[in-house]
Amino acid sequence: MRLDTRAALAGFVALVLLGTACGQTSDGPVTPGAMSSTGAGLTLQGAGASFPGPLYSKWTSEYNRANPGVRIDYQSIGSGGGIKQISERTVDFGATDAPMTDEQLETASKEILHIPTVLGAVVVTYNLAGLEEPLNLDGETTAEIFLGKITKWNDPKLAALNPGGALPSSDIAVTNRADGSGTTAIFVDFLSKVSPEWKEKVGTGTTVKWPVGPGNKGNDGVAGYVKNTPGAVSYVELIYAKNNGLATAKMKNSAGKFVEPTLDSVTAAADGVATSIPDDLRVSITNAAGEASYPISGFTYLLVYKDQDDAVKGKALVDFIAWALKDGEAMARELVFAPLPAAIRAKAEAKLKLVNHAGKALLA
Amino acid sequence: MDTTVPSPQPSASLIGRLRPAHAGDFVFHAVTFVFAFSVLVLIALMLFEMLRGSWLTISRYGLAFVYGTDWNPPVERFGALPFVYGTIVSSGVALVVAVPISIAVALFVTYQAPMALRRPVISVVELLAAIPSVAFGLWGIFVLVPFMRDTVAPPFISALGWMPLFEGPSYGVGMLTSGLILAIMITPIVTAVSRDVLAAVPQHQRDGALALGATQWEAVRVVFQYALPGITGAIILGLARAVGETMAVTMVIGNRADINASLFAPGYSMASVIANEFPEANSKLYMSALIEVGVLLFLVSFGVRALAQLLVWRATRGRSIGREG
Repeated sequence: MRLDTRAALAGFVALVLLGTACGQTSDGPVTPGAMSSTGAGLTLQGAGASFPGPLYSKWTSEYNRANPGVRIDYQSIGSGGGIKQISERTVDFGATDAPMTDEQLETASKEILHIPTVLGAVVVTYNLAGLEEPLNLDGETTAEIFLGKITKWNDPKLAALNPGGALPSSDIAVTNRADGSGTTAIFVDFLSKVSPEWKEKVGTGTTVKWPVGPGNKGNDGVAGYVKNTPGAVSYVELIYAKNNGLATAKMKNSAGKFVEPTLDSVTAAADGVATSIPDDLRVSITNAAGEASYPISGFTYLLVYKDQDDAVKGKALVDFIAWALKDGEAMARELVFAPLPAAIRAKAEAKLKLVNHAGKALLA
Repeated sequence: MDTTVPSPQPSASLIGRLRPAHAGDFVFHAVTFVFAFSVLVLIALMLFEMLRGSWLTISRYGLAFVYGTDWNPPVERFGALPFVYGTIVSSGVALVVAVPISIAVALFVTYQAPMALRRPVISVVELLAAIPSVAFGLWGIFVLVPFMRDTVAPPFISALGWMPLFEGPSYGVGMLTSGLILAIMITPIVTAVSRDVLAAVPQHQRDGALALGATQWEAVRVVFQYALPGITGAIILGLARAVGETMAVTMVIGNRADINASLFAPGYSMASVIANEFPEANSKLYMSALIEVGVLLFLVSFGVRALAQLLVWRATRGRSIGREG
């Protein structure tokens, strides 16, 4: 009897010790380059933005099917997490919606390149039962709604933008996205560009202090609130509005045209900055030039080190990204992500050619 | 009696020779001590890590972080009071709603319900505990929020809107809605523990009261007095869950960092702001501020517990003196 108890105890202790030991090996920080990069099973780790998450999952699984030797794990943990992890070198590549700031780039040990992959767009969505045509909005009016200065749907400014529509006299129920997100960052970046008052009172960021209205968690939370609340207005990602059949407003662009949010009008916005984009490709494309440009959109980026420590892994990484930029475009459209315009894609590919190991370019 | 006399067990004597007489006791003591102690070490380490992670904001804002009411990340102004307020108020609402219901259910199934009804009632209540919080949140968004907005809030606002407690527009989401969701979530645990406590009250307490001519109600009061410390413990367990609950609250509280007396106004809680903003916190100061909110959550949980302990202690002390006298 006592023997049994003791044996059980000893076994339990051994199990716990074993558990901790295993935990250490599997959960400890994985340094790229320190992991085995030989043999058939090559694994690349990536983490970051959740917005392109569905597309990156599709890309990595399709790429793995075509190249069984390379497995790529992508974790949608948010742009902030992606930037943190690539800076600390715990992943092979990061991903972010908003480009890294200068301050963030300085904290990284080596030069990080931004490689745009696709574009995301943010749409203004609303719940107005009587309205047949899509609502027309311009930047200034949108800012005033979210500042709480326009409170009724039949406000003269809204009526002037929608001469044909019968707008109700009800209150506007403004709501926003509560969790930090690239969606919010793009939306408030647009508002800051078109409204000096917004820029001064609220500003930009993944989370801001909203002047009015309650906040909801995630795109689904925002969409649920808008669907349930007559007179509500908010903003969600284009893909979300499309998949859920939400009403989306046409937004007036810098050329004075009301543009419907579509994949083409988003790609057009990126084309609008093709000549003015800086060398490091870190750019905001909200309120972009061009007649067909939808004004609330942005690039989403992969983050990779220019100098790769491990030739084999580095090669696998750039091969994957090159494939994604070329062959991945059709998959992007299927999943409602706007592909890069040709001019920007050429610049992204040129960036990829800079990735090297010990001075030797990795992309053939 | 038996012919097959067992020879002295070789294995036992071997163990006896290898280890001192009370080796089992020693090992048992050592192992339990190590595990018990490691919990304390874990808590100390957690607090240490969190203080280290939030040192940037602690040293920069000091106490202003705790009493400041402005939370504005883009301009790096961090005041956490709205979150502390939201956590305490929403949990308080939850207790006000859940405690009477839970204790009533516990009393009912322990003393009043016919045998055939006891198991089903308990099962249904305990079923609530198995529902994941995100499901409560979704139910909140799609059922409770519209119901609160269109049915519950308007009469209150039109009749009692002059009171700060009920003023303002009806959003559906807000402090009261999250308090109600929390109430549903903590009811099972408060009920289950209260029931166990009531069941553990010696039968002679109740029998004695009844024998002295007490009515059912008076007998229940006697039993209840006896069970009070245990029931307070049950309430604390429920409160601890309410204070730390994140997902369901985030989905219905409105996520607005304001301090507003109205129960219909949107608010924010400490756990919610951490869950919402941590993944995209992109500067060191911002990250540090969120970790400091975590420290505050830690301290509030601790404070609530200590307060409850004090209440229990005073209640039991008063009663034992009363009984002696």
